[in-house]
Amino acid sequence: MHRRTLLQSLAGLVPAGWSGAASAQAPASRAIPSSGERIPLIGLGSWITFNVGQDPVARAACAEVMRAFFEAGGRLIDSSPMYGSSQPVIGQGLTKLGRSQTVFAADKVWISSGAKGPEQIEASRRFWGVTRFDLLQVHNLLAWEEHLPALLAMKAAGRLRYVGITTSEGRRHAEIEKVMRSQPIDFVQVSYNLLDREVEQRILPLAQERGIAVIANRPFREGALLRDLQRHRLPGWAAELGCDGWAQFALQFIVSHPAVTCAIPATSSVAHVRQNLGAARGTLPDAAMRARMAAHVAAL
Amino acid sequence: MTEWWTYRPSDFLLFSPRTYHRLFELYNESLWPVQPLVTLLWLALLFALWRGLAWAPRVATVVLAASWAWIAWAFHAERYADINWAASGFAVAFAAQALLLLGLAVAGVSREPAARPGLSLLAWAICAHPWLGMAFGRPWREAEWFALAPDATAVGTLGLLVMLRPAWRWAAWPAWIVALGWCAISGATLWTMGLPWALAMPVAALGAAWAARHGAKLKIGLRAGAQTRPGLPPT
Repeated sequence: MHRRTLLQSLAGLVPAGWSGAASAQAPASRAIPSSGERIPLIGLGSWITFNVGQDPVARAACAEVMRAFFEAGGRLIDSSPMYGSSQPVIGQGLTKLGRSQTVFAADKVWISSGAKGPEQIEASRRFWGVTRFDLLQVHNLLAWEEHLPALLAMKAAGRLRYVGITTSEGRRHAEIEKVMRSQPIDFVQVSYNLLDREVEQRILPLAQERGIAVIANRPFREGALLRDLQRHRLPGWAAELGCDGWAQFALQFIVSHPAVTCAIPATSSVAHVRQNLGAARGTLPDAAMRARMAAHVAAL
Repeated sequence: MTEWWTYRPSDFLLFSPRTYHRLFELYNESLWPVQPLVTLLWLALLFALWRGLAWAPRVATVVLAASWAWIAWAFHAERYADINWAASGFAVAFAAQALLLLGLAVAGVSREPAARPGLSLLAWAICAHPWLGMAFGRPWREAEWFALAPDATAVGTLGLLVMLRPAWRWAAWPAWIVALGWCAISGATLWTMGLPWALAMPVAALGAAWAARHGAKLKIGLRAGAQTRPGLPPT
């Protein structure tokens, strides 16, 4: 059964008047190695889901997703100038919810000219409506040689708290490693999920060695992984982890890796964002269980 | 862009199908009730072209040029660019196409005698293409009206170009390239979103290209001895 259909069916069983607010238990968190600050294991991505243009109905729906995210204990929201209108949509939601000062604002610089980076960053900041970003990342390593020094200078001046780099879908891992070894970055964002596990070989161990926080993008392969998994029954032993579905199963696998600081699933559904944050409340699998989870999915 | 070979078309799709559909719904909402009036105008122009009226080719080309200019601004620059950073480039291309068509009209155009393929494609663009989504269950509010939305307009432009005999035959090629290019881009976008009518654009493009090659004379002067003056009924 499709996850959305199942959730809609179950919603009919909820007593009238129940607000659907998240569990009182806060989601598990992990420390950012460079500072010790703890952030929840589950964040919120905004690729495609928040790129809704000027549609007032869709923007209001995105704000409700953000409301549910914050109520469930979420903090980190990730975006980029590459994501169309996602940044102003996030900003509108933050203003509406009064969360501009409490969000962990993670954005990116994505422009081939280093000289134009500050202008783009300032435009992004205005879209978000935040005083400053918590984390700025060089998106897909585009012109990183020019942008990283500027970001590090911003951090030194107190205009930014963390600096990072990103890639996705297994691209440019060699260059990512090179930057991780040579630059004083705080975060690296890579693709990591039940099927895309290349980063376990070198990048995740290197992140632990260098004290670099890891953000995992594409936890569901933009939904394709979940669609494939939902054709199969969740294994009975998943109940040991408190998983209520494949989404939590997939997220728990990711965030249980000791090197991973946060995963950023993107969604346009309030029910799904609550479910995603629920993955950070269950029992995180140990190494043996992780191996069992990966083997089970690989065999499907 | 390093490792370019690892990128798929879906990597460049920045929005969901729902957002794409809402784009047209909100666009139509802002224009209503202009759409049926524009359609009536084009049905009249189609009739005039079919009857071979002398003024029809030039007037149709000018009106179509205005449509490309409108879409460049009202659709690409004002709306599509919100969700697709490539739309700013599309706006420039559509504006350029408006100038190209205007130039063709100013230089002079007439209608080819063998106009049936072009007329058919134009008729399809006006009457049927806008409703492809509805045929697959989408609401009528999302219709992509000819002369107001890019896809149907590009298809109809190919139909017009097939049936036109411009005074400056070489000048029609850039207009062909822009219209065919949009068919490719939009077809790829629709295909990546998994929309069932995605093939309509490339099929229309191939049909127009076939008609231009086989059904009408090439616009680069392969018709030896043709002396018809632009603006007069074809002989």
